[in-house]
Amino acid sequence: MEFTRAEVCVVAASDSWRDAGEVLAHAVGTVPALSARLARLTHSPDLVLSDGEAFFMSEPAPLGKTAADGGVVEAWAPFSSIFDILQSGRRQSMMGASQLDRYGNQNISCIGDWRRPKRQLIGVRGAPGNTVNHRTNYWVSRHSARVFVERVDVVSGVGNDRARANGGAALRFHDLGVVITDLAVLDYGPDGRLRIRSVHPGVTVEEVQRNTGFELDGADAAETRAPTSEELRLIREVLDPKSLRSREVPA
Amino acid sequence: MSDKTMSVEEFASTIESGMTVGIGGWGSRRKPMALVRALLRTDVTDLTVVSLGGPDVGLLCAAGKVRKVAYGFVSLDSIPLDPHFRAARESGTVEIAEYDEGMFVAGLKAAAQRLSFLPTRAGLASDVLTMNPELRTVTSPYADGEEYVAMPALRMDVALIHLNRADAAGNGQYLGPDPYFDDLYSMAADRCYLSCEEVVPTERLREAPFQSLLVRRMYVNGVIETPRGAHFTSCVPDYDRDEAFQREYAAAAKDAESWSRFEEAYLRGDESRYQAAVADFASTGTRSA
Repeated sequence: MEFTRAEVCVVAASDSWRDAGEVLAHAVGTVPALSARLARLTHSPDLVLSDGEAFFMSEPAPLGKTAADGGVVEAWAPFSSIFDILQSGRRQSMMGASQLDRYGNQNISCIGDWRRPKRQLIGVRGAPGNTVNHRTNYWVSRHSARVFVERVDVVSGVGNDRARANGGAALRFHDLGVVITDLAVLDYGPDGRLRIRSVHPGVTVEEVQRNTGFELDGADAAETRAPTSEELRLIREVLDPKSLRSREVPA
Repeated sequence: MSDKTMSVEEFASTIESGMTVGIGGWGSRRKPMALVRALLRTDVTDLTVVSLGGPDVGLLCAAGKVRKVAYGFVSLDSIPLDPHFRAARESGTVEIAEYDEGMFVAGLKAAAQRLSFLPTRAGLASDVLTMNPELRTVTSPYADGEEYVAMPALRMDVALIHLNRADAAGNGQYLGPDPYFDDLYSMAADRCYLSCEEVVPTERLREAPFQSLLVRRMYVNGVIETPRGAHFTSCVPDYDRDEAFQREYAAAAKDAESWSRFEEAYLRGDESRYQAAVADFASTGTRSA
């Protein structure tokens, strides 16, 4: 069966919500948002979806839109409640990363010295709080050595080495799961370091390594599973008929 | 109940150089832009701005009004970054206190409750502690002994917020889906100025559900009626974000010449001239001379 790289990414990301339970899915980006919706329609019916604004949706709004454009509202959740929810732990994230190091320290704040950055980015936003409060996964739409770096410039999302060094409140609920990229699925070994869990169909371990700024253990790398025909139907006909996914991961 | 209504100029005359100014809303949503524009027309400078920032921060930075920004992010939402804030950061012209968003909210709550700090897990083990070396941690006095970040109160001299409706006494009502943190801002500041789309008789506040009555008059010092006063940010349900104008704003930041043309067209005159120029932009898609 024919499928695109974007569809492989959506399905791999969807698998990251398995066993999340009845929690709020916080998904930043097209592929993460699609993946949470796909998870809801397949293996994780209890997952809670938001419209990215102030509402939880039992039937999501059209992709990229809010409750004002359609869907069924099931709860009201303004920003003030989101910080309460994330501190309660009933939430799981898939966020982006401008930089990511081998321990999963993530940067979205700025590039260069924070005192006078070469490039100001969005700011740490909720990454410090998310990572010490609940499971956090990352989505990297262009796997490159510019993203996967030896050292990130500003630790926004907390990595495994730092959480373990803290050993206390920063570690208690710290839980990094996977990193989904356009080339591979990475997870963390017992030493807290990123390794290759699987490469997407058509991608080699060498290609992933070449595009990563530090060494990755790829010894046990499998091939990322192909989408099922039902998943493809849901993605193409129900969730993303306009194929916004192919803008994030070009064919 | 005293009548607290005033003009934008009267509001602007109460702000002094060196003050800490909190600005409500979120990103490019329900920002008290008419009040910000009024500040641009004063000679006030050296402000510390406390904001979940959007174009409020960008405009004040572009006008050289800002010494320091305390923020969780600065974004135009549909455009990820505010170009003026970015330029100010990359040229090193403003000091910053960058916090995790949840830390920022804890700082607002502490300020509203007159506490010196509130404990939070957010920020631990991250570079927020590196970027803000004055931050301290606090150890639980109970058996768990856990160590948290002691987020200091974000106390402000003044807070500026924009709501859909208010009465003359300063009871404020929001009609959109999200209150953001405007009630906390009103309580976290020594003085609060509330701009609104419409000042209505108190009886009319009952036309919407009780839950929409967000801000209480005992925290409000001035009420300023500024129709379309959140423009170009959103003020749902009165209006959505003006995406075309926001793009115009962001594009104008690309060089000094474009920006000075934007300032000339939109920011040199008073609020009514601004609104007239915006109406002109909306009808023609170009700026008026």
